[in-house]
Amino acid sequence: MLKQTEGSKAVAEAIALCRPEVICAYPISPQTHIVEALGEMVKSGKLTPCEFINVESEFAAMSVAIGASAAGARAYTATASQGLLFMAEAVYNASGLGLPIVMTVANRAIGAPINIWNDHSDSLSQRDSGWMQLFAETNQEALDLHIQAFRLAEELSMPIMVCMDGFILTHAFERVDMPTQQQVDDYLPPFEPRQVLDPAEPVSIGAMVGPEAFMEVRYLAHAKQMQALELIPQLAAEFKETFGRDSGGLVRSYCIEDAETVIIAMGSILGTIKDVVDEMREAGHKIGVLGIISYRPFPLEQVRAALLGCQRFLVLEKSLAVGMGGIVATDVRMAVSGTGLKGFTAVAGLGGRPILKSSLHTLFRQAEKEELPPVTFLDLDWDAVNKQLEREKTTRRSGPAAENILHDKGIVSAKFG
Amino acid sequence: MFEVRVHGRGGQGVVTAAEMLSVAAFEEGRHAQAFPSFGSERTGAPVVAFCRISDKEIRLREPVMQPDAIIVQDPTLLHQIDVFAGLKQDGYVLLNSHHSLETLGLSELVKQRRSERFCTLPATELGLKHVGRPIPNVPLLAGFAALSGTIKLESVIMAINEKFSGKVALGNIAAAEEAYLLVQAMMKEQADA
Amino acid sequence: MGFQAVKFYQTGTFTVGNRLLAPDERSLQSVETRSNSINSGHRACQGCGEALGARYAIDAAMAESNNQLIAANATGCLEVFSTPYPESSWQVPWIHSLFGNAAAVATGIAAAMKVKGRPEVRVVAQGGDGGTTDIGFGCLSGMFERNDDVLYICYDNEGYMNTGVQRSSATPPAARTATTMPVGPEPGNVFGQGKNVPEIAMAHGIPYVATATVADLRDLEYKVRKAMKMHGARYIHIFVPCPLGWGTASHDTIRMARMAKESGTFPVFEAEYGEVTGVLKIRRKIPVEEYMKPQRRFAHLFGKNAHPETVARIQAIADRNIRKYGLLEEEGN
Repeated sequence: MLKQTEGSKAVAEAIALCRPEVICAYPISPQTHIVEALGEMVKSGKLTPCEFINVESEFAAMSVAIGASAAGARAYTATASQGLLFMAEAVYNASGLGLPIVMTVANRAIGAPINIWNDHSDSLSQRDSGWMQLFAETNQEALDLHIQAFRLAEELSMPIMVCMDGFILTHAFERVDMPTQQQVDDYLPPFEPRQVLDPAEPVSIGAMVGPEAFMEVRYLAHAKQMQALELIPQLAAEFKETFGRDSGGLVRSYCIEDAETVIIAMGSILGTIKDVVDEMREAGHKIGVLGIISYRPFPLEQVRAALLGCQRFLVLEKSLAVGMGGIVATDVRMAVSGTGLKGFTAVAGLGGRPILKSSLHTLFRQAEKEELPPVTFLDLDWDAVNKQLEREKTTRRSGPAAENILHDKGIVSAKFG
Repeated sequence: MFEVRVHGRGGQGVVTAAEMLSVAAFEEGRHAQAFPSFGSERTGAPVVAFCRISDKEIRLREPVMQPDAIIVQDPTLLHQIDVFAGLKQDGYVLLNSHHSLETLGLSELVKQRRSERFCTLPATELGLKHVGRPIPNVPLLAGFAALSGTIKLESVIMAINEKFSGKVALGNIAAAEEAYLLVQAMMKEQADA
Repeated sequence: MGFQAVKFYQTGTFTVGNRLLAPDERSLQSVETRSNSINSGHRACQGCGEALGARYAIDAAMAESNNQLIAANATGCLEVFSTPYPESSWQVPWIHSLFGNAAAVATGIAAAMKVKGRPEVRVVAQGGDGGTTDIGFGCLSGMFERNDDVLYICYDNEGYMNTGVQRSSATPPAARTATTMPVGPEPGNVFGQGKNVPEIAMAHGIPYVATATVADLRDLEYKVRKAMKMHGARYIHIFVPCPLGWGTASHDTIRMARMAKESGTFPVFEAEYGEVTGVLKIRRKIPVEEYMKPQRRFAHLFGKNAHPETVARIQAIADRNIRKYGLLEEEGN
C-alpha cells in the first residue's frame, strides 16, 4: 500500500512485518524514531509475540541481541555513530558466533568533534567486523532491504547492518509502498537457527579456539560473505517476484552503457547524483553512475565489470580514511586493479555538509577532464583550514581546533541549511 | 518541482508543517519529500524544514536552496535570520502575523516582487481560537493552499485527519477552513484594490 | 517445651558430615543424581575455589529448575578452564560472549525463552569479580534495574586471576597483585572505599541478594535453590579463594573461605527486596591476622618489615562488618 511517511516509521513498520522476537533499544540520534515506533507497536500488542527491551547502553543492546539470537529468537536492534563504536566489541562477537542479527545503522558521523549529522564513518569503521552491510538509496529501499536482510542473515547465519543515511532518509517524509504481512510471510520463513541454546540438547557456544583452528573459523566468515555475493542477487530477484519491484542486489548502474566517466557512490546521495547526471547528459556529457548497495561483501567482480567500458571513474564517498584518502575508493581500486583505469576520489558530505548539485556539476566536469587530484575534498573551506594550520605553527597553545575554525568562519552555533 | 521552506521556532510544529504539506501533496497523487533541517535544536530555537512537491519521483537530497515559497511561522525571526535567502523572484511568502506587511517592515521587499504572492495571516490566533493552543502550522498550511494554489484545502484536511483525531482534528479543520477563507478574502481585496 | 539446639562441630572444619543428617537434608553434592553441570576433566588449578563454587551453584540451579537451565558466562578463568574447544565441561547449554556482557546476554536468553513460550527454562549468568564488579558492572546494573528474570552469580576471588593476578575493584586493601606490588611506603593495594556489589545489588531493590562461600556448602546450595524459586533479577556473590593468586596452599581453599567468614572479612548474608533477612553468624571469631597470615599476598605485612598498623586497619574493616551485619551471636545465646 502506498503511503507518505517518515523513513524511520516506514522501516519500523517493515521490521515489524518481519516478526522480530526480541528488539533491543538504546536511543541515539538519528536512529531514535525507528525503535520508538517499534516500542509502541510491541507495547500496544500490534507486534506480538515480541520482547522490547530498553537497555542501558549500545554494548548491552548488542549483547542482549546476542543472547536472544543464540537462544533461537529473531533479534533486531538499531544504532548509529558513537553507539556503533560503543558496541563494537559485541559487533565482532555477534559475527564471530555466527548469529543472524539484523541491525539498522542510521549513518552518522563519529566525533570528536561531536556531530549528529550524516556521513558513513560509523558503519565503514566496522567494515572488517564480519557483518554484511547493505546501503539504501531511498526509504523504499531501506524498507525493502530490511526484509531481504532477515532472509539473507538467517540463510547464512551471519549478521547484517542495513545502512540508511541519518536524517536525510530517517527523518524524510516520502512515498513508500508498504508490503502486506502475507507478502513478507511468503518471502521470509520462520527463523531456523543453526545452533541454539536448548536444555534438551546442550551445546557450548563461544568457547576458546587456539591457533590450530582460529584461521579456519575466521576464513568461514569470509566464505559466508563470498556465498552472500551469490545469494544477494538471488534474494533481490525473488524479492522482485514477490513484491514487484527492484530493490537490493549488489550494485545498481544508471546510464553507464556508453559512459566515459562513471561516478561511484553509496546511499541517498545517489539520487542527487542521478539528477546531475541527467542534466549533464542533456548537455551531451557521457557520464553515468554506479551505486554500490552491498558494501560488505564488496562486489569486486560486478564493480569491475561495470567499469570496464569507461575511461575514468570518480568515487564520491561520505567517509575519510584519515592518513590515506578514500575508504570505498580503496575497494574500487582493488576491483579495477590491472585495468589501467584512471580513478579519482572525492570525500564529501562529512558531518552532514550538504552535497549540492551545483558543486557536483563542477566536480564531475573536472573529473571528465581528469583535472582532479587523486583525492578531492568537496567544498572544503581551505581558508579556515590554512588559518588553523598557520596558528598551530606559530602558537604552541593554539587551543581547541574545532572552536578556532568556527571562530574563523564567523558562525555562532552549529546548524545546517 | 515546487520547493517550500518553512521557518519557525522549536515547538511551533515547523517540521510537522512540512510533513503535513508532503502528505497533502501525496493525497493528490503527487510525489513529495519533506525533511527537517536536522538540528539538535531545543524549544524556541530557530528551526527550518523543507518540502518538495513534484509530479515525478524526487531524487534530489540537497537542502532547498531556491524556494518557490517560504512560510514564516514566527515573525520575530525576520530580525534574526535571512528567512528570504534564495527565494525565487516570483516566489510566495506567507507570514504568521496579525500585522500587515508594511508594519512588519517588508514594503521594500514586496515592491520588488509580485506583491500578490505575499500575505500575512494571524495563524497563532486561529490556532488558539480553534484548537486552544498557539500552534500556527495548520492554519498556515491552509493559508498557503489559498495563496499558492499548489495544494487543495481538501488535501490539507486529509493530512489533518491523518495526523490528528477527534476534537483536535475537528479544531484544526475549523482553523484551516477559516485561514483559507481569510487568505482568499485578502487576495481578493488586494486584486480589487 | 524447651529444646536444645544441637550444633554439629567436626573437629577443625565446623562442617556437618552428611552421614549424620537425614537424606533429605543432605547436600546435593552428596547425592548420586547431582547433574555434574561442570564435569570433571576441566583445566582449573588444583584447589580452585571458583570451580568448586560454580559446580555447587550450577548443580543446585539445575536441580531446582528440573534441569531446564541455560547459562551465560563472562570471560575469565571459569570460561577458559571449562571450555577449551572441542572440549567442554558444561552439561548445560552454555554461551560465552564477552568479558563485560554476561548479564545482558542472559537478559537476551530470558527474553527469547519468554517470547518462545518456554517459562520453564531458567537462565543464570556467571562471572568472576572482574567481569562483575568492574567491566560487566553496567550490564549487571541494567539487568537489575529492569528486574530481568536472571540469576547472576559472581565468583569472587578478589582479582584478575586469568590474566595473571592483577587488581580488581574486589581486591582487598594492602593485597599484593601484579599491579599493586608490595613496594614503597604503602605496599600492596590501596585503601580505597571498596565496592560492595551485594549492597549495590540490594540498592536496586531486586527480589533476592545473597552472599556465600565455598566453605558452607549447604548454605550455598540453600541460597541458590531459594533464588531459583524466585523470578526477576537475583544476585548471589560467592567467595571463592584462589590458591594461585593468593599464594595459599591448594588444600587450604575451604579453610581460607571459612576464615574469611569467621574473621568478619567476608560477611555472609541474604536480603530480599533490599532488606537483609538473615546472616550466617560467626561461630568462632578469629582475628584477621589469622586469616591473612597464610596468604602470600599479605606476606609483606608480617615478619621483618611488618605493617601492624595496616593489619589494624583491615581488622577495623572486619569489625565494622561484624557490627553492621550483626555477625556475632549475642551474649547468652
